[in-house]
Amino acid sequence: MKTILIVEDSATTRALIRAVIDELGDVETVEAASGFEALKLLPQQEYDLIITDINMPDINGLELISFVRSNQRYIHLPIIIVSTERSEEDKKRGMALGATNYVTKPFKSGELLDIVKKTIGL
Amino acid sequence: MKASKKEFIAEAEELLEESQRLILEVQDTYQSGLNPDTINALFRAMHTLKGVSGLFGVQGITTLSHALETLMDDVRLGKIDVTAEVVSFLFKNVDILKDITDRVSQDSDEGDIAAYLRDIEAFRASLKGQVEGDSSLALIDQSILKVLSEYEEHRLKANLKDGKGIFLVKAVFPLETFDTSLEALTKTVKAGGELISTLPTSENVPDGSIGFNLMFSSVVESDELRQALGYPLDVLVKPRAAAPVPVVPETAAEAPAAAQQKPQDTHLKSTSTTVRVDIEKLDRILNTVGELTLAKGAVKRIGTELVELYGHNTLVYDIHKISQTLERRLAELQDQVLEIRMVPIGQIFTRLAQIVRRYSREVDKQIDLVLYGEDTELDKYLAEEIVDPLMHLIRNSIDHGIEHAEDRRRKGKKESGTVILRAYQKGNHVVIELKDDGAGIDLDKVRKKAIEKGLVQEGAVLSEKEVIDFIFAPGFSTKDVVSDISGRGVGMDVVKEKLSVLGGYAEVETKKDAGTTFMLTLPITLAIIKALIVRVGDERFAVPLTSMSETLIVEHKDIQTIEWKEVYYLRGEMLPMIRVSTFFKFPPVPTERSFAVVVGFGERKVGLLVDELFGQQEIVIKSLGEYLKKMHGFAGAAEIGKHEVILVLDIESLIDDSVVKQKGGAIYV
Repeated sequence: MKTILIVEDSATTRALIRAVIDELGDVETVEAASGFEALKLLPQQEYDLIITDINMPDINGLELISFVRSNQRYIHLPIIIVSTERSEEDKKRGMALGATNYVTKPFKSGELLDIVKKTIGL
Repeated sequence: MKASKKEFIAEAEELLEESQRLILEVQDTYQSGLNPDTINALFRAMHTLKGVSGLFGVQGITTLSHALETLMDDVRLGKIDVTAEVVSFLFKNVDILKDITDRVSQDSDEGDIAAYLRDIEAFRASLKGQVEGDSSLALIDQSILKVLSEYEEHRLKANLKDGKGIFLVKAVFPLETFDTSLEALTKTVKAGGELISTLPTSENVPDGSIGFNLMFSSVVESDELRQALGYPLDVLVKPRAAAPVPVVPETAAEAPAAAQQKPQDTHLKSTSTTVRVDIEKLDRILNTVGELTLAKGAVKRIGTELVELYGHNTLVYDIHKISQTLERRLAELQDQVLEIRMVPIGQIFTRLAQIVRRYSREVDKQIDLVLYGEDTELDKYLAEEIVDPLMHLIRNSIDHGIEHAEDRRRKGKKESGTVILRAYQKGNHVVIELKDDGAGIDLDKVRKKAIEKGLVQEGAVLSEKEVIDFIFAPGFSTKDVVSDISGRGVGMDVVKEKLSVLGGYAEVETKKDAGTTFMLTLPITLAIIKALIVRVGDERFAVPLTSMSETLIVEHKDIQTIEWKEVYYLRGEMLPMIRVSTFFKFPPVPTERSFAVVVGFGERKVGLLVDELFGQQEIVIKSLGEYLKKMHGFAGAAEIGKHEVILVLDIESLIDDSVVKQKGGAIYV
């Protein structure tokens, strides 16, 4: 059983990502509607993957990635950026900060599924 | 309409209204110093609209809001400068989105949006490529720079360019409660500068806690900041010039205290406690209340009949008590529902402000708009119904009232015209005043036109007010005086009619070269009103209490005829009389005395002659429907118990009609 943390301020996109991940079967999802929520949820359990948006109202995805990577406990935790094509530059920065992969919104469900599978080795 | 679609429409309308408000703010501030949060909020509004419309499959809105989002993204990243042109372009496109939303809500096709899309893309392409001012980021440490998003980096550059100081404050909070503590700190920071980035960190932070590095800009010197914040502060870049008057954050003292708050449970509960309700649902509740009011009336009547039949006994007393409780509770319920329907008039003022700004540009006149009393509350239905008439009046003021700059200069006025929109409550009414400092209405022209149109005989003696009233006559339009608003086919009569339907009325004051003031008076709410039931001939009618001031017994011998008008001297003042029976062409019944219901206010005060008064009753006015709408003199119908339906008199049209007819010199004897 794998556990995935989805960080995304849009409820719609969150639901969409969850629906895609549910197709994997033996996977549990935890959802954070903001960067702050993610910071609170992170220490509460072990995760196998973080999927995060970049443009969020409190802290952005880059700041979250930087936090995760600078913390010994999460240093190997895979991160997938899900962001719009407009955030091309931000995506590059995210990858430079240590994100594992990225998917561009709007995405096809197969596309996200493939990247998630590849990232967590399913 | 399906519920989900309704939800979409409501959300889209809300977002577009918010966008309009934000664009107005941008327009007001772009020359003096834009708040980046405003631009960012506008970007986010378009972003959300795109998301929501995409979800509901409204393709046209999705595409356009996406294009506008891209445009706004360039603006917020400083790739496009905000100019008057950008502002009006944004206004135009929000209007287009509103139109499409309207079409969707009426179940019609979204229409072809290709041209709009091309327009946005071309506009964006024409402006892009403006280069950002030179600014060195070399002063900032790479470890900080690399976590900034593109937008944050742009804000950092912009602040450096403005010569502001860049600071880093470090704070550690318990993990459980960091959001409230951080919020307090953020507030302090924002009070004195601009927050650029919030970076969480676990470096040198104990277990169960979390650290934050907040990077922000400020013009304030660092010592003062340090004191205000109460946390360790790094100065990354010193403010360039000597700082102007230091802004000491108002929440300074609260911040450290907030940081030491005792841990609370984490919660995801939203702090918003509002719900959005369709006004139709509230109408339904009011209808039910109205019907309960009738039932209450019946219970009361039965109580009275029981007293007559059985005298006073416990059972009768119980019924009486119950009916009293029912009456009180119903009144409470009614008040509460009416209160829910109330909205601040500022909601429609925002929309009107936009019309003023855009329209004044179209006709090339400079206009300062001043708003007062935006908090005044009005029934949502009334607010929505009055916004179009107000828009017509405003356009009219701009078209015909306010002069062009050179004319104004010649008259010794300041070049820009002023339009004042003011709202205030007056008893059970709300008054909306629209005042301009333009040329005023040319009364000679109006009089001439009225004679041409046969509205009045040549040589008739008319007061100034009577002349002004002609502008509200159907089909009345003198191009350079007033109305037929710039060829839009809407006359002042439509404005008047609308007001009349809503139970309101308009007054006009005008002075040559000083300007014109329209005063629209509306009841605060329409839903349930008190009315006086009167009898005329064999018919019973309801007269809304909001329109009347008193009732009199009038001996017919005391009614005099002056210049074809029947008048009565009430406490020394001349009161014009209207025979309701004559108005409705009932066969005359010779009597010696009648009752007069005094209605209208100020100069529009008249007495309605009726045969009998029956007392007050609460009524729910129902519309007469399309078929009977054309019937003159009625505001609607109401049920008054025992399934009896009576007509409600439209006081305003009665008053108007008598004035016009009398001036024609024909009818009243």
